[in-house]
Amino acid sequence: MSILIDKNTKVICQGFTGKQGTFHSEQAIAYGTKMVGGVTPGKGGTEHLGLPVFNTMADAVAATGADASVIYVPAPFCKDSIIEAANAGISLIVCITEGIPVLDMLVVKVYLEKNTMARLIGPNCPGIITPGECKIGIMPGYVHKPGRVGIVSRSGTLTYEAVKQTTDLGFGQSTCIGIGGDPILGMSFVDVLRFFQDDPKTEAVLLVGEIGGTAEEEAAQFIKLHMTKPVVSYIAGVTAPVGKRMGHAGAIIAGGKGTAAEKLKALKAAGVHTVESPADMGKAIAEVL
Amino acid sequence: MNLHEYQGKQLFSQYNLLIPPGKVAATVEEAVAAADALGGEAWMVKAQIHGGGRGKAGGVKYVRGKAQLAEVTKNLLGKRLVTLQTTAHGQPVHQVLITKPCDIKRELYLGAVLDRSACRVAIMASTEGGVEIEKIAEDTPEKILKIMVDPLLGVMPYQTREISFSLQLNPAQQQEFTFILTQLGKMVVECDLSLIEINPLISDMNDHLVCLDAKVIVDDNALFRQTELRNMYDASQEDDRENRAREWQLNYIALKGNIGCMVNGAGLAMATMDLIKLHGGNPANFLDVGGGATTERVTEAFKIILSDSEVQGILINIFGGIVRCDMIADGIIAAVKGVGVKIPVVVRLEGNNSDLGAKKLSASGLNIIAASSLTDAADQIVKAVKRSIVA
Repeated sequence: MSILIDKNTKVICQGFTGKQGTFHSEQAIAYGTKMVGGVTPGKGGTEHLGLPVFNTMADAVAATGADASVIYVPAPFCKDSIIEAANAGISLIVCITEGIPVLDMLVVKVYLEKNTMARLIGPNCPGIITPGECKIGIMPGYVHKPGRVGIVSRSGTLTYEAVKQTTDLGFGQSTCIGIGGDPILGMSFVDVLRFFQDDPKTEAVLLVGEIGGTAEEEAAQFIKLHMTKPVVSYIAGVTAPVGKRMGHAGAIIAGGKGTAAEKLKALKAAGVHTVESPADMGKAIAEVL
Repeated sequence: MNLHEYQGKQLFSQYNLLIPPGKVAATVEEAVAAADALGGEAWMVKAQIHGGGRGKAGGVKYVRGKAQLAEVTKNLLGKRLVTLQTTAHGQPVHQVLITKPCDIKRELYLGAVLDRSACRVAIMASTEGGVEIEKIAEDTPEKILKIMVDPLLGVMPYQTREISFSLQLNPAQQQEFTFILTQLGKMVVECDLSLIEINPLISDMNDHLVCLDAKVIVDDNALFRQTELRNMYDASQEDDRENRAREWQLNYIALKGNIGCMVNGAGLAMATMDLIKLHGGNPANFLDVGGGATTERVTEAFKIILSDSEVQGILINIFGGIVRCDMIADGIIAAVKGVGVKIPVVVRLEGNNSDLGAKKLSASGLNIIAASSLTDAADQIVKAVKRSIVA
């Protein structure tokens, strides 16, 4: 087990029979993830990709004992799907969907914290993978390799760059988590760093951040006080203009705050090895390991 | 999605907040008619653009008499207003808001915004109205009073009292203020607002609290369920190319530079812009082609990037996760041929079948350079553009 998921994790797909759900569930099954079924309201009792389809998460969990779920449901319905999963007893919910209204996520986050034990990853994220054991999300499995670097990122394809560099240099990854590009997320950098610090398989951490918000600054504080393992970081958006949403809903320099420069400063002050070029992430890991 | 001042005020009015009487006008005739309808001898003429700092830029004028009103309106309409908060290109003024001027006893600041790290809607008030809130936050942060709204409770009266006693409002104003704060809280939730700014909220000669300005931003992700607000969208206030890109599900943001970029993924796109700068170049744009780098999307992306006459080279950076790089290469070749791209194009493909993709690009006979790495890609495009400038 690296962090949160391993070869024993049982996964239910919400939005199972839709286009995205089908495609990515096929990929996950091919990778070796323990997919145990899916939910599409109205299609309960049928079979899809050789697995049972259920009408509700409660049914799915009762029948399969699943502990994780992945959500490929359209944005307007994600708040409902996430809370349904949490109340059905799922402990790790991975929401891939982009475009969820921010106030929906605010309510979801507050509700989950107060009423359930569920952990949420995302939304607007590629998911989580423990290479060689379990892939929950849309990342290309073949780029990953079981190993010793924990990767946590707000990005998608930029994360795959970090993965490829660490794979090519032979370090591999313990677990990679894309926490998502939205302003309000489930697990934060700090939440993930806590796990990496406690994980015996993780020897170094690569943190990929971007402009907007204060998540990297909060991570810097945590690293300074609680982390003994080396941390490397790259922050995207040094050249981003002020006030513009750079693709991700959370990637915006608002009211002069959230610049890449501020984040790099905070991370450096916390002893993090920051790199200026996205091409140097792997190299920096080699220097600290 | 931004709203104009007059649209924000309309919304405030629907929630029973006080606004100065006013009418929006798109022509000088309409402006004069508005002045007639409002009555009186003096008015405010306020340019309606998405962007602050209008006053300092001459976009907000006090006028006496209809002749002056017509003159000022004529000089504003159809022009581009450049302010400290807009780009150097400014924003086009298609409408002006004609309002009755207000006698101001006090200026306050009132705003509501999402506090990301607290995960709550925060409502902020300050005695320093009429000044930029960021300046206050920097110079005198103790002058900003803040309440955090619990999503279960909404705005609570005791929270509004905490602020109104600090602002030293009189009892009648305190009641109005409580009402306003409660309404702000409701508005944020019911209209999916990312930001509300009332700067200034003034107390007039009768001690009533009136919203003299309105800045409202609607959460883009919620437009699907905000049908009325959605219809307030003003495309004229956005960059043409950004609008065009949106129609093709491309995400494009113009910058000032001469090296265009085309990337899949927002984080990687930002990293690519940064990479170009690091290697001595100037990125001309941010462009995320998203998950489907098909021939059609790549073609459209090329067209949009090339519509910027400053662009002298293009860097394409695609991490083909699931999509095959040789298919992406096919798409790029077809697009370059179809559009007739003449300037140098450097392509860096990574992932599935990347070697095959690179081979295809090199063999295409077009001015396409297949890069061997991220660093190589940045070096190559900066070099190629320098060469073409010299040549």
